[in-house]
Amino acid sequence: MDAILFFLFAAIAVVSAINVVVQRHPISSALSLVGVMGSLAVLYLLLGAEFIAAAQMIVYAGAIMVLFVFVIMLLNAGAEKSLRKGWVLTALAVPLLVLFLGLVSYIIQRGFPDAPLVKFGAFTGGGPKDVGAALFTRYLLPFEITSVLILIAIIGAVVLARKEME
Amino acid sequence: MNLDIASVLGNFYVLTLIKLGLVAFVLLTTLAYLQWIERKVIAHIQLRVGPTRVGPHGLLQPLADTIKLLTKEDLMPPHANKFFFVLAPMIAVFFALSAIAVIPFGPKINLFGVETYMQLTDLNIGVLYLLALSGMGVYGIALAGWSSNNKYALIGGLRSSAQMVSYELPMALALASPLLLAGSLSLREIAESQSGFMLGFIPRWAIFQMPAPQLIGFILFMIAGFAETNRVPFDLPEAENELVAGFHTEYSSMKFASFFMAEYANMVTICSVATLLFLGGWYPIVPSPVADYIPPLLHWAAGAMLIFHGLQPARKWDKYTMPVFGIAFILVGFVFLIPFLQPILLPLFWFISKVGILLFLFIWVRATLPRFRYDQLMHFAWAFMFPVSVVHLFVTAFLVALLK
Repeated sequence: MDAILFFLFAAIAVVSAINVVVQRHPISSALSLVGVMGSLAVLYLLLGAEFIAAAQMIVYAGAIMVLFVFVIMLLNAGAEKSLRKGWVLTALAVPLLVLFLGLVSYIIQRGFPDAPLVKFGAFTGGGPKDVGAALFTRYLLPFEITSVLILIAIIGAVVLARKEME
Repeated sequence: MNLDIASVLGNFYVLTLIKLGLVAFVLLTTLAYLQWIERKVIAHIQLRVGPTRVGPHGLLQPLADTIKLLTKEDLMPPHANKFFFVLAPMIAVFFALSAIAVIPFGPKINLFGVETYMQLTDLNIGVLYLLALSGMGVYGIALAGWSSNNKYALIGGLRSSAQMVSYELPMALALASPLLLAGSLSLREIAESQSGFMLGFIPRWAIFQMPAPQLIGFILFMIAGFAETNRVPFDLPEAENELVAGFHTEYSSMKFASFFMAEYANMVTICSVATLLFLGGWYPIVPSPVADYIPPLLHWAAGAMLIFHGLQPARKWDKYTMPVFGIAFILVGFVFLIPFLQPILLPLFWFISKVGILLFLFIWVRATLPRFRYDQLMHFAWAFMFPVSVVHLFVTAFLVALLK
């Protein structure tokens, strides 16, 4: 059952990710990205990380992507035109992609040579309590630094928006 | 083969299928009749009678509406983006109806020797699941407005997505304070943490619970809930005097009905969550021996009133319909006294009556308040709701940390 669900949602994630690039219309791309995030959330859920799955849905699919879609609708962006860069780039794309995937799998293989296979349901530390405890004890410093970084980004955005208005 | 009831019911899949069917049937019927109740209540507030033609007191009106909506022509506007135009109502209704899966209606019950919870499934992230669903529901409305290729629909869709994103923040913050009191994200555990009484008579519901009574949180949550469901006074996405019908201007037939269903399902969800988080879920308002006699007494009082009105009929059919309904109410009152059914019916009665009162509040407000202007709506969200809910969360966290 777990394996069936994994392959189903992994396939949906990959197909949606390809769709993000293939689609011409920004709205279609944005919604395919929502599909990627939704299926990733299901994969987190299958691995036993309930809190991460919910956060993925609320923050990425529910807040950030809604904002994307909102902006696309507000600007009324139409379908994009194909740039037609010629056949050289198209021909180069496939070998480059294969090279990239090979490189990534090689690095993972070298980095974790004897990592055990993932077992569904083996990981149980993904509930809200465990994540909260980890954030506020072991990862307190990175957590606080990240929040300061986000605050800086917000202030930067406000400053930029103010300048536009004057 | 041993086919006794306990072993068949004990099978997880059989039990879940039965519960699913039951919950889906009750929910969909409620959604259909909620519209009848809304029309009746608004009519009586405005000194009209509401639907009366189809069936006694218009009680078959939802059925007639359903048939009408199913058989109407399904128009497809020529310039619409067809794929998203069809997808949008599906998204809206799917995410609105899935919310019922985590809502508990009562405690653990024992049916023919099988113990089960009156809930489809209990997640340890139940509250977060509901927040995620309400976040996804925005897509249905935003896409409907955009794909219609109509300026009114687009403005309606934009307004609604901005409004729902803005009000999600105070709603999530208002939700967080009862979670601090309960110390859990599972809706069942939150409701169970509110059982019992303080000083013997004050229920330990979150709105009364020491050390941090959640009355302000409850009010904030309900205001945000009105905005999240696009109801009056926050119904700007479908303001008919400026936007025709907003995001569903171009929709007809079953697609239109899906948006309606999604709106009512969201209302039911918001009211259930408010009941579970703030109003003690299925726990009664007074201690047990007295509380057990309230449901039959209420039903008998309602039945007596109906029979009394039947004896002085205001309209032609009242002398037949009113006594029939009255006798039905009195019989239902007796059902509450059957000891075998009491552990199921009493919690269900308290849960449904609390949800019902909140739903009535939604309808009452719709008949009473005018609509906000759009800048007022946004100003209210960011300059009032947000700071108040942040301060409320801080005060609650402080009190809980200090006194618990």
